[in-house]
Amino acid sequence: MTRFIVRRLLSTIPTLFVIITLSFFLIRMAPGGPFAREKKVPPEILQNLLKKYHMDEPLPQQYFRYLGDVLRFDLGPSFKYKDQTVNDLLGTTFPVSLTLGVMALAVATFLGVLVGIISALKQNKWQDYAAMSVAVLGISIPLFVVGPVLMLVFALILDWLPTSGWIGSRAGWATVVMPVMTLMLPPFAYIARMSRGSIIEVIRSDYVRTARAKGLKENVVITKHVLKGALLPVVTYLGPAFAGIVTGSVVVERIFDIPGIGKIFVQSAFNRDYTVIMGDVIVYSLILISANFIVDVLYGILDPRITYK
Amino acid sequence: MTDDVILQVKDLKAYFKLDEGLLKAVDGVSFDLRKGETLGIVGESGSGKSVTNLAIMKLIPTPPGRIAGGQVIFDGKDLIPMNDNEIRQIRGNKISMIFQDPMTSLNPFLRISTQMVETIVLHQGLDKKAAKEKAIEMLKLAGIPAPENRIDQYPHQFSGGMRQRVMIAMALSCNPEILIADEPTTALDVTIQAQILELINELSQRLGTAVILITHSLGVVAGMCDNICVMYAGRVVEKGSADEIFADPKHPYTVGLIKSVPRLDKENKQRLYSIPGQPPNVINLPECCPFFPRCDRAMDICKSKYPPVADLGNGRTVSCWLYGEGK
Ligand SMILES: Nc1ncnc2c1ncn2[C@@H]1O[C@H](COP(=O)(O)OP(=O)(O)OP(=O)(O)O)[C@@H](O)[C@H]1O
Ligand SMILES: [Mg+2]
Repeated sequence: MTRFIVRRLLSTIPTLFVIITLSFFLIRMAPGGPFAREKKVPPEILQNLLKKYHMDEPLPQQYFRYLGDVLRFDLGPSFKYKDQTVNDLLGTTFPVSLTLGVMALAVATFLGVLVGIISALKQNKWQDYAAMSVAVLGISIPLFVVGPVLMLVFALILDWLPTSGWIGSRAGWATVVMPVMTLMLPPFAYIARMSRGSIIEVIRSDYVRTARAKGLKENVVITKHVLKGALLPVVTYLGPAFAGIVTGSVVVERIFDIPGIGKIFVQSAFNRDYTVIMGDVIVYSLILISANFIVDVLYGILDPRITYK
Repeated sequence: MTDDVILQVKDLKAYFKLDEGLLKAVDGVSFDLRKGETLGIVGESGSGKSVTNLAIMKLIPTPPGRIAGGQVIFDGKDLIPMNDNEIRQIRGNKISMIFQDPMTSLNPFLRISTQMVETIVLHQGLDKKAAKEKAIEMLKLAGIPAPENRIDQYPHQFSGGMRQRVMIAMALSCNPEILIADEPTTALDVTIQAQILELINELSQRLGTAVILITHSLGVVAGMCDNICVMYAGRVVEKGSADEIFADPKHPYTVGLIKSVPRLDKENKQRLYSIPGQPPNVINLPECCPFFPRCDRAMDICKSKYPPVADLGNGRTVSCWLYGEGK
């Protein structure tokens, strides 16, 4: 197990290297540049700016300089947010997004599994139909519709929750409710459907018949014999689900005006703020790589048939 | 003779309501099981052997299945009207079951110890430690080497034959009066089949457990069973003592089954016999003898009415128009 973990961690290095290299050159190929929009800059000043950010050097030289900086965990200065480094920017925004994402995924998993269990046990009864209708809606309605509708109902009409802001603001934790509800909807719906399906399948399996033939109570059969096998696929899905949450959070952060990474991600793309874009890419890659890594380890712990060498 | 009957199945019916129609998987099955006896239930695939025995334990998946009638009398009480709580006292405790496929019948996510201990704790009221000792003892009886180490392993660490031994140990761990073995060797290597049958035979005799042994092949039951029930299309077509049935089979289907057992004492040159045709589809079965299309002695009446049960005495019955009042 330790060997597996070490090997997996080492294997992320080349992955990250490829991602950084590709992104670096792809971004530079896009038309425009960080200073393209500042029209009336005299040529001398532009020249100074380029020099300050080392953009007057040949591209390969810039690339190796950047790699060297990254190795020292220095993601460079921002081109647009004056006097802020990318490390500062990410350091203040990323924890916000991570909190939002983790809360949304936790709620989605908990509710999804719960609804999946109820549906499976009440198969083809009204509880099942109701839950699965909600799940279909959850998968098919886009976040940019759900978010504003929630806001309209709970903030503007009922006035229960604040329209925007984050934990640090005056409204405090009440601000998280709607963003989390919006963001968790697609993975919740997917997890509910998936766990329903796999519970129904496992309930019909031979080993569950054995458990019943032993005289175990039905609730023991479900909790001890059905759920573990049935919920393994859900664990596998958590990796990709986290990816979905990360991209979804860009939209949700915009709707609810949350000071997360999503906002600077979008802005940096418009501004061609090269270093910030690269920082975002690295952070997103790290999130996805570690989410999948955690899922793999978790799977190995939960399924005794898998041995890591 | 009837006092030592421990299980009486009377006119048991189990139907499945499917999209294609009503499937009468078991349609009026009756038999008695005596203390310590080994009863073989034989028939082709789909004849209702498994459903009969699942119905005895009330383990039919509902829906689509349901028990449509009949009685299962165990220990003076009918199991069919029992509620979940009552039947659970019987399952795994008084009547145990082992299944065809040992590869899928054990929970792959739980250690053998967990799976065995939970049964023993449930029915014998032992604490976990004592239950584990009992489980180790049972594994040893079932021929698992070094059981005190292997008990903490997971099912995938055992071979198919070993898993079936674990299933047997688990099934017998609460000293049941009846062990139902549903084709316990079909999924196993030929070399292992005989060992597993021998183990069931030996342990059931030692512990005084009555056995219902379900199988495709009369060859398997020949050496082991006291009595035999031959099933066809959801009904018992012939039953009696193993000796008599082998010596003098009455129903043409039984005759066919016996002919299709490979035998070493006959010359091996001739091709192995097999009954012509296919087992019938039991959905919406018409009122007739379901075997007549494959029967070489079929008569007109076979096509229009199901034969009644003819009692030939000595516990021997047969359902065929060639015998009894239909003759
Ligand atoms: N859960 C179920 N749903 C629908 N039909 C079923 C179900 N279980 C059994 N049947 C049907 O009932 C009939 C009898 O099945 P059963 O399993 O008892 O046969 P069997 O004699 O045990 O055969 P085999 O030797 O193949 O195990 C078959 O036609 C089968 O398709
Ligand atoms: Mg069967």
